[in-house]
Amino acid sequence: MTPFTTLTAPVAVLDRANIDTDQIIPARFLRKPRSAGYGQFLFADLGLTLPRDAAILVAGENFGCGSSREGAVYALIDAGISCVIAPSFGDIFAGNAAQNGLLTVALALAGLADGTVLTIDLPAEVVRLPDGTARSFTIDAFRKQRLLAGRDDIDLTLSHAAAIAAFVRQDRTARPWAGVTG
Amino acid sequence: MSAPRTLLDKLWDSHAILTRDDGASLLWIDRHFVHEGSFHAFGMLDHAHRPVHRPDLTVGVADHYVPSHARTRPIADPEVAGMVAQLQANTVRHGIRLFGLDDARQGIVHVAGPEQGLTLPGLTIVCGDSHTSTHGAFGALGFGIGASEVAHVLATQTLWQRRPRNLRVVLNGALGVHVAAKDLILAIIARLGAGGAVGHVIEYAGTAIRALEMEARMTVCNMSIEAGARAGMVAPDDTTFQWLAGRPFAPADFDAAIAAWRTLPSDAEARFDREVTLDAAAIAPTVTWGTSPETAVPVTASVPDPAAEPDAARRARIGEQLDYMGLTPGTKLDGLTVDRVFIGSCTNARLPDLRAAAAVLRGRRAAVPGLVVPGSVPVKRAAEAEGLDRIFRDAGLIWGEPGCSMCVGTNGDTVPRGERCAATSNRNFQGRQGPGARTHLMSPAMAAAAAVRGAITDVRRLMP
Repeated sequence: MTPFTTLTAPVAVLDRANIDTDQIIPARFLRKPRSAGYGQFLFADLGLTLPRDAAILVAGENFGCGSSREGAVYALIDAGISCVIAPSFGDIFAGNAAQNGLLTVALALAGLADGTVLTIDLPAEVVRLPDGTARSFTIDAFRKQRLLAGRDDIDLTLSHAAAIAAFVRQDRTARPWAGVTG
Repeated sequence: MSAPRTLLDKLWDSHAILTRDDGASLLWIDRHFVHEGSFHAFGMLDHAHRPVHRPDLTVGVADHYVPSHARTRPIADPEVAGMVAQLQANTVRHGIRLFGLDDARQGIVHVAGPEQGLTLPGLTIVCGDSHTSTHGAFGALGFGIGASEVAHVLATQTLWQRRPRNLRVVLNGALGVHVAAKDLILAIIARLGAGGAVGHVIEYAGTAIRALEMEARMTVCNMSIEAGARAGMVAPDDTTFQWLAGRPFAPADFDAAIAAWRTLPSDAEARFDREVTLDAAAIAPTVTWGTSPETAVPVTASVPDPAAEPDAARRARIGEQLDYMGLTPGTKLDGLTVDRVFIGSCTNARLPDLRAAAAVLRGRRAAVPGLVVPGSVPVKRAAEAEGLDRIFRDAGLIWGEPGCSMCVGTNGDTVPRGERCAATSNRNFQGRQGPGARTHLMSPAMAAAAAVRGAITDVRRLMP
């Protein structure tokens, strides 16, 4: 995945609360291979078209609530969105976003118009507005590191193979009932 | 002496392999369920030439794309058929146990897993499906994950997570007659809001929860995600152990397992980050009017009037929902005409759910078309042994084959545009049951009452 550091781009504004993942991408498209390009499915039943060149989506609270479908993140990324700013996010959506290099910024930014150009500075954890002001945000340190590096977690996890093996050994004694039998 | 801990704390501590300075913990995963939608994750694994680390702890279940029509007929849509075939191919190739289309254990993953005894107290359970919170009914930590995390679990049997906060929802008192677990959880979601429990795991407690049978606890935990919670849990007790005894995958030394499970409930002095209390006796049969489960209200209520809402953003949100749902402010919900009913889903397709619906439909005719889809093959067979299928068929409803069906519509079972559906499923999102579909969530008994009257109906009036 592409590392995320800073981004200066126009916004698309979707000022509604509880935009769930069924609205981001209806379930009937989830059987499509990623190679089909998920951008065409974004907000398919909302009749919305994003302004040209928008790479930042500014949305209402609880954005991405609902199902765990990672297709919601693919649809945003394939439509050119690299960052979503909303007062709050569905937990699973935010996790999926970070796995794919899509930055979620938990911030209430009211009154923006489509096309407003923002700068997102992930290392500094600030959003810079056109009037020269800046709004700071916080992000989980582990997710931030992953976004900055543009890596997936599997290699990192496999580097802990010895700790995992030690856990499994002690766990077999501690919880002999936990395996799959039968 | 160690500090008092919650059920979640105990689960977390027994599964954290390591915790980094930045707060991310690497958790061991005891059970991983995969379904047709997991194909993205298998693709990622294959792309990186990685094997499945613990196929023995991974179980495949065909549910999202399986047809509800007879299995002797082929699946008409080649893309849908391909999804079912692809799960078969991926699980066979990686040596993963599969409850496939023709398996006597097949069902919705959140029905079949517990039913087979794969879901146990004290386990971490994940699946690429947000309703994995269902498994918390057993005192397990079950939560939904996305495709990248599915790939990570397949490759490592672990997951990086940050410890969620503890939220206890206490329900005291007894539920009224014809008031079900579904009404209870809808009332909780209305109280918390659709995002009210984000970042938290809910532990459900209190006398009303203790009195629930396992299937009802599953209904409650299932919809935790609709309040934004990472998971929902109920501390295991004798009800749990009795339900699990003798299940095919229950531990061989069951008594030793019970002894371990008895140590899981939250300590008396354990501290919760938040606590919410509701009076179970005050909960009425509940229905939703809007496009978020948080719009749950007693069936005796009316459609809200946006003009009465002082906050501009909320007013707009109510207006948008009424517009989509085709509703006029002030309309009584009791008596609102519906076009069809759906009884099924991982929320409400277990045997007690079907019994509750059948009790209302017995000797009556449905005024509108409807589909009844049992949660699993064992549920279907048990229901048929009791003659419940006859009751549904005699009422004029379709008796289907187990799967997710019209809850999410991925198998082609959808509600036509503009139609109003009384549904026992978990989401009334815009377009959830099909483009333009209008969903009202309710309990199985309430959906059956809606079928009989062709309108949303207070089941207490129909079943005095």
